[in-house]
Amino acid sequence: MLYDSPIFRLMGDRSLLVELGDEISPSVNQSVQELFTVMDMRPIDGVRELVPSYRSLLVIYDPLKISLTDLKRTISDTHQNLDQAELPEPRTMDIPVVYGGNQGPDLASVAQHHHISPQAVMDYHTRPTYRVYMIGFTPGYPYLGEVPTAIATPRRKTPRILVPRGSVGIAQKQTGIYSVDSPGGWQIIGWTPVNLFDPQGQPPSLLMMGDRVRFQAISAEEASQWQP
Amino acid sequence: MAAIETLEIISPGIMTTVQDLGRYGYGRFGVAPSGALDSFSLRIANLLVGNSEDHACLETMLLGPGIKVLTDVVMAVTGGDLQPKRNKQPIELWRSHAFKKDDVLSFGNAVSGFRAYIAVGGGIGVPPVMGSRSTNLPSGFGGYQGRSCKKGDVLLCDGSCGPMNGAGRKFNPDCIPRYSNHWKLRVVWGPQDDHFPDDSRHAFLNGMFRMSQDSDRTGIRLEGHEILCKPDIEASIISEGVISGSIQIPGDGKPIIILGETVTGGYRKIATVISADLPALGQIKPGDGIKFRAVSLDEAYLALQEMENRINDFKCKTNSSLLP
Repeated sequence: MLYDSPIFRLMGDRSLLVELGDEISPSVNQSVQELFTVMDMRPIDGVRELVPSYRSLLVIYDPLKISLTDLKRTISDTHQNLDQAELPEPRTMDIPVVYGGNQGPDLASVAQHHHISPQAVMDYHTRPTYRVYMIGFTPGYPYLGEVPTAIATPRRKTPRILVPRGSVGIAQKQTGIYSVDSPGGWQIIGWTPVNLFDPQGQPPSLLMMGDRVRFQAISAEEASQWQP
Repeated sequence: MAAIETLEIISPGIMTTVQDLGRYGYGRFGVAPSGALDSFSLRIANLLVGNSEDHACLETMLLGPGIKVLTDVVMAVTGGDLQPKRNKQPIELWRSHAFKKDDVLSFGNAVSGFRAYIAVGGGIGVPPVMGSRSTNLPSGFGGYQGRSCKKGDVLLCDGSCGPMNGAGRKFNPDCIPRYSNHWKLRVVWGPQDDHFPDDSRHAFLNGMFRMSQDSDRTGIRLEGHEILCKPDIEASIISEGVISGSIQIPGDGKPIIILGETVTGGYRKIATVISADLPALGQIKPGDGIKFRAVSLDEAYLALQEMENRINDFKCKTNSSLLP
């Protein structure tokens, strides 16, 4: 449910969590994106950082430059006038994925979990156009939703110490792409040769909140010849 | 002005990284701030050598590096007392020193505190990435080639290496932080303190915690009382942005104080360390005792203002001493 007005939660003396709804849903996330976009376009003196996520916007500020009262008032005013916010048309990215094999070690167990074939998991996973709900966890890591219920699978009981960059995973109704080598507990069903994070890039992340993503199954050979 | 080869790492210590005040504005791309864990010590170290407070320094911990100086330069070491030495002779912390070509900066044991900051006149010259020279260790970018320093690394110094006449400058002894083995950290409740029953909140404030050996730059893991959330709610929350000082409580009830390498998370957070006490997080050692005290926002702002005043007073003093 989308709240009528934001719920402000204090995160210490220098950041404010602005919660706009109580669930993971396109409409709540869309509101977060609108608030984020408007606050980003019209910077407030004293605000250092905006971190949008599923249903909230974290506003990090300098309390010696702007008071909490003024900050809350400005955010509330902005939130009330969001109808006038114009978001850019969402971009859609096609991400090629090699499913299964060494680079998708959990494809078989995800299939078993749902009593379907690995091919069916791939078919389900490539069917939706996913929304990028947020970028987080590691630089450039997109949280995508929603995965069809037929393949939604809990995280692994024991997380892996190293999940290679490019690994495509599932956790419940979320799917994501590991943007750098990191530890991780999602069910890894495939791998993409696409680079999601380049520290020198402008912007450094391939994807942004609000983008759309479609997965396309490719062969291992196609992946080895893949050119950006 | 050209960058000059200034420092050669002859032994890396346990972990020595290039850090400044952190990388801001990229949280939307999942990029954490990184930066000096004890930003107070880094800012003072810079001011001591005539830099602006946000220049890049070396951050080291527990057992510091051996560093050969390749050109005459002013240096200062602040933060924890890791027994800094010039050519094997102890040097004073919180003071700037003239180093001549071929001098060696080395360290002994950690006597107090955990991390030291080494500032060089002109600042450590590594290319900024997304506006900051801080090392992001988990993702391997920024700082010196995205990693901690190794033997043989040669660090450049930005610009002119600062004026040599800056040596001998001291920080006001009354303002030097004292580090102990027992820490009292001030916190503001929230953002999810309402997810915890009264007895958990009580245990959080009254219990004594210890910093675990498993801690690193991403977080200080605590052992002690288990802090359990209300029984009828889910183990995790919908992922949201976090900041350093957030105290998250995973399912096992063992608190983790988030440091500067995390940008989002799905654990509930009972409280947040106030800004004025963040520098202390860089100085707590594994095994140290920690107690939390809840304060009001006004008390937190006052403490932050006092810290900033101490830095600004020193800044004014150093600026006036640089006048011809």
